[in-house]
Amino acid sequence: MARMTMIEAIRSALDVSMGKNDDVVVYGEDVGFFGGVFRCTHGLQAKYGVSRCFDAPISELGIVGTAVGMAAYGLKPVVEIQFADYMYPAYDQIVSEAARLRYRSGGDFTCPLVIRMPTGGGIFGGQTHSQSPEALFTHVSGLKTVVPSNPYDAKGLLIAAIEDPDPVIFLEPKRLYNGPFDGHHDRPVTPWSKHALGEVPEDHYSVPLGKAAIRREGEALTIVTYGTMVHVAEAAVAETGIDAEIIDLRTLLPLDLDAITASVRKTGACMVLHEATLTSGFGAELAALVQEHCFYHLEAPVKRVAGWDTPYPHAQEWDYFPGPARVAGALRQIMESR
Amino acid sequence: MTDTPSLRFHVPEPASRPGGKPDFSNVVIPKAGSVRRPEVDAAPEEMRDLAYSIIRVLNRDGQAVGPWVPDLSPEDLLRGLRHMMTLRTFDARMQTAQRQGKTSFYMQHTGEEAVSCAFRIALGPDDMNFPTYRQAGLLIAHDYPLVDMMCQIYSNEKDPLRGRQLPVMYSSKANGFFSISGNLTTQYVQAVGWAMASAIRNDHRIAAAWVGDGSTAESDFHAALVFASTYRAPVVLNVVNNQWAISTFQGIARGGSGTFAARGLGFGIPALRVDGNDYLAVYAVARWAIERARRNLGPTLVEYVTYRAGAHSTSDDPSAYRPKSESADWPLGDPLLRLKHHLVTIGAWSEERHVQAEAEILDTVVAAQKQAETFGTLHSGSKPSARDMFEDVYAELPPHLRRQRQEVGV
Repeated sequence: MARMTMIEAIRSALDVSMGKNDDVVVYGEDVGFFGGVFRCTHGLQAKYGVSRCFDAPISELGIVGTAVGMAAYGLKPVVEIQFADYMYPAYDQIVSEAARLRYRSGGDFTCPLVIRMPTGGGIFGGQTHSQSPEALFTHVSGLKTVVPSNPYDAKGLLIAAIEDPDPVIFLEPKRLYNGPFDGHHDRPVTPWSKHALGEVPEDHYSVPLGKAAIRREGEALTIVTYGTMVHVAEAAVAETGIDAEIIDLRTLLPLDLDAITASVRKTGACMVLHEATLTSGFGAELAALVQEHCFYHLEAPVKRVAGWDTPYPHAQEWDYFPGPARVAGALRQIMESR
Repeated sequence: MTDTPSLRFHVPEPASRPGGKPDFSNVVIPKAGSVRRPEVDAAPEEMRDLAYSIIRVLNRDGQAVGPWVPDLSPEDLLRGLRHMMTLRTFDARMQTAQRQGKTSFYMQHTGEEAVSCAFRIALGPDDMNFPTYRQAGLLIAHDYPLVDMMCQIYSNEKDPLRGRQLPVMYSSKANGFFSISGNLTTQYVQAVGWAMASAIRNDHRIAAAWVGDGSTAESDFHAALVFASTYRAPVVLNVVNNQWAISTFQGIARGGSGTFAARGLGFGIPALRVDGNDYLAVYAVARWAIERARRNLGPTLVEYVTYRAGAHSTSDDPSAYRPKSESADWPLGDPLLRLKHHLVTIGAWSEERHVQAEAEILDTVVAAQKQAETFGTLHSGSKPSARDMFEDVYAELPPHLRRQRQEVGV
């Protein structure tokens, strides 16, 4: 075991996968010699050579489009989109091509690729470096969408994604790269070295796609969340003293519905929490599922807490971000309404 | 206020519209045999002129002339003629089948048969095409079963794609034919990626990308050229310029550039323009470009100058946007008749044998059609099950799809 940041854990997953399987090829903007703007691919080109890890032109369409061709050939491309906000030029290649290749060819061609992208805000990145576009992927049949919340999961889930036979969107909450950010932006950052889930095996292991984790057991209500918001939820629960159960989805699709329903049936109330904008967000899907599957166990309406339906602002970052105060307020509201 | 004249907005127009006289005076056609043939390993900057000319082999007298005459025997050429005749007959039968309501949609190749039929013969058996919807010659010239193609068109119980794709969107890995997407040009950059993968693996296989004149305007085309140029990918980048993108003439996509081939020059990619209705010229240029790719010399852009003699699809009526007689006035003629003329000229073929071959091919295609129809057509007979709808979305059926399939009760 070693102490790793999320960046180191992701790098370790790539390293382990490249060492194990010659088909794994890593590329993207600034990914090769330099090792990525967030350093997730640092050292891989030196270790595995330029044909396994290389720089790409600034063309997200080209990066994903070539990766679809490589995957169809039989390689296992793991490409990086520098920020999820830059993904849109590649969206047609993701939605119309990668996601549908197996289906439309009757299984003749497949597209086992991984598209990594840093996501989410909290770094004063403004509207082009802060978005959380996960719902744009979960709405597409044929894709799997993963959002880790800590180094241990990041490595295990990325290895599972690389070994998966289908295209996987791997969203990395960039505010978590260096520590379990709980939304208290005015306090010093806790490093991953002080967190249990910063303890990461150096060798190969995987965390299965489609299995949620219960981060905190509780009886009062269920918080269904993922990514950065897992830590925000933990902070809000600690500060309010409300005995909430916190479910970290880890994979949005396939979704671990059983974990959600088991918890909500136990607690009788549910909050759905994400950083992405509210309307038509993944939380809407979660709320609908909870209503469909747990209606007779619910003692309060399902509450959604999410980013406001505005572009991600710059100066107003902390007014936008659903931090611990907003989450705590919503927790109290649920408890009062029962 | 400035004293310069006010700005004027420019929208290009084709030379003629319905009711007008067809005008191809802007298509400058060099004499057959007049365009030079550089060595395959010549530097791209030494052949920039080829992006503005048209390589031709067959002259008006039906003779093969000049430096691009390929090494094809009369038997090879007869086989090529047969492929093109089969494709044309196949088109006619499927067009009619669509009109009879046996399928929803069809797209013909009329006038463009030489491009895909000759290219397939030049390519190796293990290479991979990333085609558009108008390259069925790649399958026919590779002896892919006509019955399988028809079953796909009919979306019947033997449809290899299990009823999921629009007619003519074939897929056959074993025949080097990548799954067709209805979203144009997406496959162009994928072909480059496939070729990059082949090079990463130190393989020997190359890729061929296909696009029409109109969809070169997509950013995928630009991205494909950047990646192909940067990584010197073993790929042939084909542009089939058939003059019309549905109702939009090629000048709308081409803009101010002289030719589509010239798009390659800014990327340092050698670019050739070839008479797309000349089977021998298409084959010769394809061989040249394929050899470049195979020898690690990188990508080549090839523009096939041809003409879409038929409608874009069964949903289109070209008389609404171009003169009715334009097709007959196309100066590069008909690819099938030109190859036939050549074979007659060299004494390898005759009018009688041609008529006989037409009858034989019709019999073959009709027999295939009858067989395909025993497996059903779109609206009658057997078809893929609703259960098939849920398969292959993922390698394994995830829980949410399992629940939805249960809801359908299949």
